[in-house]
Amino acid sequence: MTMISRPRRLPSASWLLLVPALALLAAILLVPLGQSLLRSLGTPQFTLQHYASLFTDGVTLKILGRTALTAAIVTMVALVLGYPYAYLMTRVGPRTRGILLTIVLIPFWTSVMARNFAWIIILQRGGPVDTFFSFFGIKDAVFYGNVTGVTIAMSQVLLPFMVLPLYSSLGAIDRKLLLAARGLGSPPIVAFWKIYWPLSRGGVVAGLILVFTLSLGFYVTPALLGSPQESLIAQLLATRTTQLLDFAGAGALGMLVLVVTLALVAWANRVGGSVTALGAVATAGTKERA
Amino acid sequence: MTSLDTRALLTASAPPRRGRRRRDRGVDPTPWWLSMTGALVAMYLILPTLFVIPMSFSSSSTFQFPPKNFSLDLYVNFFTKPVWLTSLGNSVLVAILAAILATVVGTAAAVGLDRLTGRVAGLMRTLLMVSIVTPGIVIAVAVYASFLQWHLTGSLLGYVLAHAALGVPFVLVSVTSALGGFDPALLRASASLGASPLRSFVRVTMPLISRGIVTGAIFAFVTSFDEVVIALFLRAPTFQTLPVQMYNSVTVEIDPTISAASSLIVVAVTIIFLVPQLVGTRKKNR
Repeated sequence: MTMISRPRRLPSASWLLLVPALALLAAILLVPLGQSLLRSLGTPQFTLQHYASLFTDGVTLKILGRTALTAAIVTMVALVLGYPYAYLMTRVGPRTRGILLTIVLIPFWTSVMARNFAWIIILQRGGPVDTFFSFFGIKDAVFYGNVTGVTIAMSQVLLPFMVLPLYSSLGAIDRKLLLAARGLGSPPIVAFWKIYWPLSRGGVVAGLILVFTLSLGFYVTPALLGSPQESLIAQLLATRTTQLLDFAGAGALGMLVLVVTLALVAWANRVGGSVTALGAVATAGTKERA
Repeated sequence: MTSLDTRALLTASAPPRRGRRRRDRGVDPTPWWLSMTGALVAMYLILPTLFVIPMSFSSSSTFQFPPKNFSLDLYVNFFTKPVWLTSLGNSVLVAILAAILATVVGTAAAVGLDRLTGRVAGLMRTLLMVSIVTPGIVIAVAVYASFLQWHLTGSLLGYVLAHAALGVPFVLVSVTSALGGFDPALLRASASLGASPLRSFVRVTMPLISRGIVTGAIFAFVTSFDEVVIALFLRAPTFQTLPVQMYNSVTVEIDPTISAASSLIVVAVTIIFLVPQLVGTRKKNR
């Protein structure tokens, strides 16, 4: 009996195993963020002035608004494209489903810089998209250097975060309910709206929150594909830090972004798009292909 | 219900061609517009990757597409210009060290958390996962300010620590899921045979969860190799990584060598992700 319980008798040793990971996390995340918080609250004495000026300097609020609007558009694009894709994934055979899953994970694997560089090539003046539209007499379809291009590139890379929670939610819906509704004389669109859509709402909400949240923090894509005149919040944060060296102001702005992000993620967690689960899906994606 | 079952039986026994046609005309067909939409969305997801490789064989000194002439110039540039080679070397070094560190501490944490229950353990797990959802720019700005004080900007150690922290969640997730299929009775057996906990771990647990560990290590490696936001803040003239050099080649210099770098990375990452599957297949065959 004592033998049997032996590995379970070492809870303190189990806690010790967490120490290295927590130390690393503290050094890279907790302490820097803590220092940043302290800086934002004023050195040498306590002040809320840096937070107040976020709302009064005129620039920050405007850029926050633009960021939220861009994030909302990206989220809607992801939903409109992701919903039919996830639905299709539930309808096809295991082989095709494997292919669709692999394709949806491609943005995860493609190098950030390679992907953004490719979008510059595609969207630039005289690039493939511009050429394509000029065939139809549409001039100046150039999406490089404006928010439209940023939206196109961001929606692509964030689609997996919409499709994966949607797929797990749609996959759990019993399709016989739809057949039953149609058997009772309901047109397909009504059957969808009254039965399928409400049952899929958990996945939809989780996907919406995740994509919106992740959109808020994008830096490289707007910096490369957007323009400084239409900068988003991450660019403002970078400029305040490296060019203006306004660490206190940047700290306050960083805290605001962080708090909003974590609050939204916690909400997504509660409605079912668990962050842990998402990481699991991402790692499982590569196993699934084996 | 019964009619559906009979139908399924019929289609199963019918010749494949007829069976297919039958299913399409069934009570619940996949509409053509759905397949069309799916194909278009799939195209959108693949699109950037499709442009990377042809672009890398361009002989032009601009970002023009499609390239007028094809050559290997950009690859020659990549492998002969010191600025590209040094950045590549730095990236590989940082990624290997960060992956090792993340794998060791992440595996330890996963094994520890696997044995612990309760609210505090749950909180710890969430805390260790939090970097996956914290915006990169927020981490980068905070780390930059702190690292300036600690003299870690532009240093190998600074890069390795920051990138390892980003890799830990991936190791944690993949090792935890591997431990899910692990039978703790084996540990009791090995303990009853006199093995110390460490020996039990090395000889019993580790071989059985090796796939989870390898997967986590690969994710940590790729995360570091590809990381650009924190790297942009930590860079110094004396030390920068490949993604930072790629960023410079778009923003500062217009250097199309970036497309050779891009296509090499895309190919390398694809190969890296195939490795655990090949390992897995070999195991299955044995």
